[in-house]
Amino acid sequence: MLRITKAAGLLIAALTITTGQTFTSKAFAAGTLRIGMTASDIPLTTGQTDQGGEGMRFMGYTVYDGLVNWDLSSSDKPSDLTPGLASSYGVDPADANKTRWIFKLREGVKFHDGSEFTAEAVVWNFDKLLKNDAPQFDQRQSAQGRSRIPAVGTYKAIDKYTLEIVTKTPDATLPYQLAWIMMSSPAQWEKLGKNWDAFAKEPSGTGPWKLTLFVPRERAEMVPNPDYWDKARVPKLDKLVLLPLPEANARVAALRAGQVDWIEAPAPDAVESLKKANFQLVVNSYPHNWTWHLSRAPGSPWNDIRVRKAANLAIDRDGMKELLSGLMIPAEGFFPPGHQWFGKPTFKLKYDPAEAKKLLAEAGYGPNKPLVVKTLISASGSGQMSPLPMNEFIQQNLAEVGIKVEFDVVDWNQMINIWRAGALDPASKGDHAINFSYFIQDPFTGLVRHLQCDLKAPKGTNWGHYCDPEMDKLIDEVKNTFDPKEQILVLQKVHEKYVNDALFLMVTHDTNARALSPKVKGFVQAKNWFQDFSPITVDK
Amino acid sequence: MLLYILKRIVYVTPVALGVSIFCFLLVHLAPGDPLTAIMPVDATAAQQAEMRAAYGFDKPLPIQYGIWLWKVFHGDLGNSIATGRPVLSEVSRAVGNSFILASVATLIGFTFGTFFGFVAGYFRDSVLDKIASAVAVLGVSVPHYWLGIVMVIIFSATLGWLPPTGAGPDGSGNWRPDPEHLRYIILPAITMSVIPMGIISRTVRALVADILAQEFVQALRAKGLSEWGVFKHVVTNAAPTALAVMGLQLGYLLGGSILIETVFAWPGTGFLLNAAIFQRDLPLLQGTILVLAMFFVMLNLVVDVLQTTLDPRIQRG
Repeated sequence: MLRITKAAGLLIAALTITTGQTFTSKAFAAGTLRIGMTASDIPLTTGQTDQGGEGMRFMGYTVYDGLVNWDLSSSDKPSDLTPGLASSYGVDPADANKTRWIFKLREGVKFHDGSEFTAEAVVWNFDKLLKNDAPQFDQRQSAQGRSRIPAVGTYKAIDKYTLEIVTKTPDATLPYQLAWIMMSSPAQWEKLGKNWDAFAKEPSGTGPWKLTLFVPRERAEMVPNPDYWDKARVPKLDKLVLLPLPEANARVAALRAGQVDWIEAPAPDAVESLKKANFQLVVNSYPHNWTWHLSRAPGSPWNDIRVRKAANLAIDRDGMKELLSGLMIPAEGFFPPGHQWFGKPTFKLKYDPAEAKKLLAEAGYGPNKPLVVKTLISASGSGQMSPLPMNEFIQQNLAEVGIKVEFDVVDWNQMINIWRAGALDPASKGDHAINFSYFIQDPFTGLVRHLQCDLKAPKGTNWGHYCDPEMDKLIDEVKNTFDPKEQILVLQKVHEKYVNDALFLMVTHDTNARALSPKVKGFVQAKNWFQDFSPITVDK
Repeated sequence: MLLYILKRIVYVTPVALGVSIFCFLLVHLAPGDPLTAIMPVDATAAQQAEMRAAYGFDKPLPIQYGIWLWKVFHGDLGNSIATGRPVLSEVSRAVGNSFILASVATLIGFTFGTFFGFVAGYFRDSVLDKIASAVAVLGVSVPHYWLGIVMVIIFSATLGWLPPTGAGPDGSGNWRPDPEHLRYIILPAITMSVIPMGIISRTVRALVADILAQEFVQALRAKGLSEWGVFKHVVTNAAPTALAVMGLQLGYLLGGSILIETVFAWPGTGFLLNAAIFQRDLPLLQGTILVLAMFFVMLNLVVDVLQTTLDPRIQRG
């Protein structure tokens, strides 16, 4: 009874103190940025992060670097690759096979533990992911990293600052693949008893931020690395704090209460009230799309280009934008408008129901012979935006031109498996499309994986079993064009074919929305899944 | 009594085994793939197969169960697929946090529930009874998820008095019952206490009213026993049933609440379960459910023994 009385006393004391002190008055050090993430856990801290794009954003490009990085310095121009820990790189001009790449590494770069970054460290990191019998091989990091670098065959240090990578076949997209691979410190791993669990608590990379506190599932804190090799990216803040807040309303409440200064992905219905309360809503286009991936299995109605074009012309994308409180960019292609690989497709994704009906009639469908299609959708999922109302909107649009849509609603995790299995697998139930949002940041994830013949599911992720020798030829050209500017032109040709052949039902792109306290200054939202936190300041 | 306790422990063994089979199979019945949590979505089939073998998911279910149970007997719940951390440490930390939250919610819920129940029972059909009953019905009826959001809107977003999420200014690592940390617990604890408060209040009210109407109470009063003396008799007679209900409620509270802990980002078992379910983190899911289920089994055992101690007549055969 005495204990209960004491506890009650404490509770009352806390309530009393609370009423006299507002939460927002809690003093934090100047220049501390607290971010409410959508992830339910702190991303893997050992180097190769988990939790997809969000993991790399917060724990990859903060604590670590790749040989090649993404340029995150502009919100206007398309985000492209930039030299990272490799100051220069390219395929060896003397190699007729075009498979030998030489990377000149940046000299004088130190890991957070003080050890030097060298070519041997790069080899050690590749072994960490690819060599199962290496002492430092880490299953968890390998699971994340191995599939990102399919081109890498062999690798070796030529000297302290020169690295050689030989690809399995000529592949000019190698730099994009390497932008996924983060470099952990071999010396720190040795020092911590060659133990990745210990390393997770005291990680060491070369990045602009050093991790100082890691409470699993609750909190991570970072401070600037004043010795960062890229002086333009030395953080201005005193501290960066990451908090996992997977529930959208909890994130909004935390922002409103002043518990965080920044939240990822505010719920669309909270946007207006946040704006009215003077919070900043930051949006930009980035390489994401929300599509229906169409089945090209025998008998699929989408094998007829007229049907594909009709469906694309039947979508009222501006109407959908209203539905989502403006938080979408209507699709003009598979890539967002303004993307460096967009090109000049001739098929315009306008809203033209009359033309859609005409095309369907030409394809043999009409009031007497309606087209019925079945589509797999999920009720939620990473990057899926608001899939239920959006799909119902599409269903209504398509019904208006004579396409009757039936949905198979499945759990998101199950949907990923169905997507991996492919349209011909029984798991897909003979459905004609799957509503899947895509990370489309590099040539492989953006274009190659969806439509290359060799990557038909389940071998790869060409879910619809599309196969066109002309497309394969273009993809081969991408892999064999080693001049970056020339390569962009080829990638544009691939994208033009995507759009002109209406290979997907292209609906929208997410806006990468985040809400910020008015105190947050200097954030430049790059057109990228990853972001740079170095130029940010937070007013007192 | 000792024999009775031993018998009850023996009875618990098959229940525990059944619970372990149920925990293991249940998570395997759910659609989805645990490897989704740890591999990029476009990992090739060969890489998935390699990873499946590395985590032992390529083995038949009975063998997987056998391996898992063997490890459980040795105090090893395996490692989380999503985080790589030992499940035991993840669950221990979460159970500790849920325990803190549940303790405060218990204090609030049981105290007010018992108080309202006695008031309503003693002053049956009076205004006090109606008010106390209304509070109890409200407690049972209002969805606590909704109540939590409303409280966050009022006390955090609008008034800025209390923090809406988390377990403390620096996480739950160094939790201690000081005002700084208690501020974080107030909203989730009140939200969590509402349902047990309502249930206990209604139970106690019915018990008190029933006991007061019995002839032995009239006899006690006729003998000239003071109201305090009668009250003590009422308490003694109401205790076994009230205790059983409280035990069950305590179990629910200690088991954590997925909804409340998610709304308030409280790092307890509910928050952990939510993450494990969404990530299909099978070892974490199995481990957490097993620990919680075993907790319920043990709690029921304790309540049974306690009830029997208070009233030997209800000893089970």
